[in-house]
Amino acid sequence: MTDIYIAPPDRNGQDPATAQVPAVPTPERPPKQPPVLIGGPPPGAATLEAKDACAWFGDHLVLEGVDLVMPAGEVTALIGPSGCGKSTFLRLLNRMHELVPGAAMDGQILLDTDDIYGAAMRPQQIRARIGMVFQKPNPFPAMSIKDNVLAGLKLTRIKCTDKDALVEQSLMRASLWKEVKDRLDQPGGGLSGGQQQRLCIARSLAVAPNVLLMDEPCSALDPTSTRRVEETIDELRGQVTIVIVTHNMQQAHRVSDRCAFFLAEENEPGYVVEQGDTAKMFEDPDDPRTLDYVQGRFG
Amino acid sequence: MDWITAGAAAASSIALCWLIFSVFTNGIGWFGFWLVAYVVFLGIYFVATLDRIGRLAAVDRLMTVAAWSAMVIVAVPLVWLVLYVLVKGLPALRLGFFVHTQKGVTPSQPATAGGGLHAIVGTLEQVGIALVISLPLGAMTAIFLNETRSRLRRPVRIFVDAMSGMPSVVSGLFIYATLIIPLAKDSSLFGYNGFMASLALSVTMMPTICRAIEVVLRLVPGGLREAGLALGSSRAKVVWSVVLPTASSGVATAAILGIAREAGETAPLLFTAFGYNLMNANPFSGPQESLPLFIYRFIREPLASSIARGFAGALVLMVLILVLFAIARIIGRDRSKARSKRRWMPTVPSRPRPRPGPGTERPSAQLALPSQEPQ
Repeated sequence: MTDIYIAPPDRNGQDPATAQVPAVPTPERPPKQPPVLIGGPPPGAATLEAKDACAWFGDHLVLEGVDLVMPAGEVTALIGPSGCGKSTFLRLLNRMHELVPGAAMDGQILLDTDDIYGAAMRPQQIRARIGMVFQKPNPFPAMSIKDNVLAGLKLTRIKCTDKDALVEQSLMRASLWKEVKDRLDQPGGGLSGGQQQRLCIARSLAVAPNVLLMDEPCSALDPTSTRRVEETIDELRGQVTIVIVTHNMQQAHRVSDRCAFFLAEENEPGYVVEQGDTAKMFEDPDDPRTLDYVQGRFG
Repeated sequence: MDWITAGAAAASSIALCWLIFSVFTNGIGWFGFWLVAYVVFLGIYFVATLDRIGRLAAVDRLMTVAAWSAMVIVAVPLVWLVLYVLVKGLPALRLGFFVHTQKGVTPSQPATAGGGLHAIVGTLEQVGIALVISLPLGAMTAIFLNETRSRLRRPVRIFVDAMSGMPSVVSGLFIYATLIIPLAKDSSLFGYNGFMASLALSVTMMPTICRAIEVVLRLVPGGLREAGLALGSSRAKVVWSVVLPTASSGVATAAILGIAREAGETAPLLFTAFGYNLMNANPFSGPQESLPLFIYRFIREPLASSIARGFAGALVLMVLILVLFAIARIIGRDRSKARSKRRWMPTVPSRPRPRPGPGTERPSAQLALPSQEPQ
């Protein structure tokens, strides 16, 4: 007995290694058409720019004079200690701030060139163009996974040519497709926390927003789920502008292209201390307070 | 041991009271006897446990007995009520009750003759129409109170609270005074009929349903509303497509509880549906019977057969309401039930866990034994 396996010559007497394998005729699949959204936001990423943005809750000024550019297709991280106005600033960017009773704002937020607080702008249109992922995963419990992804279509006037393809595409982009493709009709609340958060990302992506805002998307997740979300952010780079609020310095360093450091003195409004490329912000910041914060000396 | 102590304490307290009230004095009546016996029992039981175990245990046993007796005091009237209606109503209740009316039934006939079909039909129609009127109104008011930021919410809430506290006879009087008296002579729609009863019922039903739905809507997490709005939805669409579906089982429960409450209302029907001994299936014309009116009429009559007929109606009404409550409970529990069902799905372990064989069992113990034995 020998261990060496000698392949028997095939019917034509040819060496199988060099023989031409006849092409097995595969059933011709129709080429997949990417789903087309009708009535949705214009395609592509968009630049967001805040000009002298201020925010109040009642008479309390919480954010003062923020000038910040969030370039199209890049990931901008907003960092800073708690209570410095990062989340408030993020909610200014898609007009969620005004939903809080007594909230007010001043300044301009430009999406490409349009002021989103302009008189002709409807908040619904703005929010469809600027999606948002929240700190706590919030899939709609009364809907299945599939309906959760399509919730943006149901809730707005956006139509789609191929809903199944849109579900697949959105879940793929949120790197959740493989885990849920066999149970799309089960309720979204039955997923794990990390999966729920990625389902929320898929839900936001389904309406093809130009900008995606993320308010501490990983603070309720374990390290593995956090890594998956960060991979998702990385894959979305270039397709959509991402603004992410995070308390995790390493995360800001890993995922972002640009960084803005917010700070607020006690009972004073928050402001941007420094902004710039992430590498520079973390290695050689201009302001000593930034260096202290990113190196974990306070905050 | 506790039970023996309790039994002995009870026996001695009864014996002591018997001695005092029946032998030494002229007695104080059965109620006073049992009240004094109960207090004496508590004292003896406390002292006995204090002696046997200690102060902490004695106080614990005393409070346990007090809590149990309180439960019995509350439960006895309830059980008594249900059993009383059951015992009185069951002999007069035949299947015929559900298919016959009181047509051709004279007071001299036994209680099992005839039936209450006309009353059942009337109740279902009146409460059904009342639900159709008050569920949309109540739900919209609840949405207004919970999902908008209008300045009118406070006065509206005060109105709803005041309405739910209003005596139900006033709602019947209201319909009688505003619709039936001025308009009955022009149109039979505004005469005594089931529809007027439905209007009177919905006056009391609307605040009940509104408050129940508002409580359910308040339980929907605010994060879901924000998520819907962040997708570019309008507030109305968020309420319709996110908030209401999330609260759907609660809304259904609220509706059924409203029905169950209104099905037993008598006072709003007195001057509106008026009552009628025969079948009138048209709720928009002519007086109509309903189960509470059926009971009300027969229970006041002097003949035993009529009273028994009234109790049969009461039994049917009670069972109807019980069934509605049961449905409400099932719907309200729907979601958690589905979840527990999923949990009980048979699961197969991903890989069999190897069991240690007899030879490999606890190698460390085998090694440790010889070192201990020789010494």
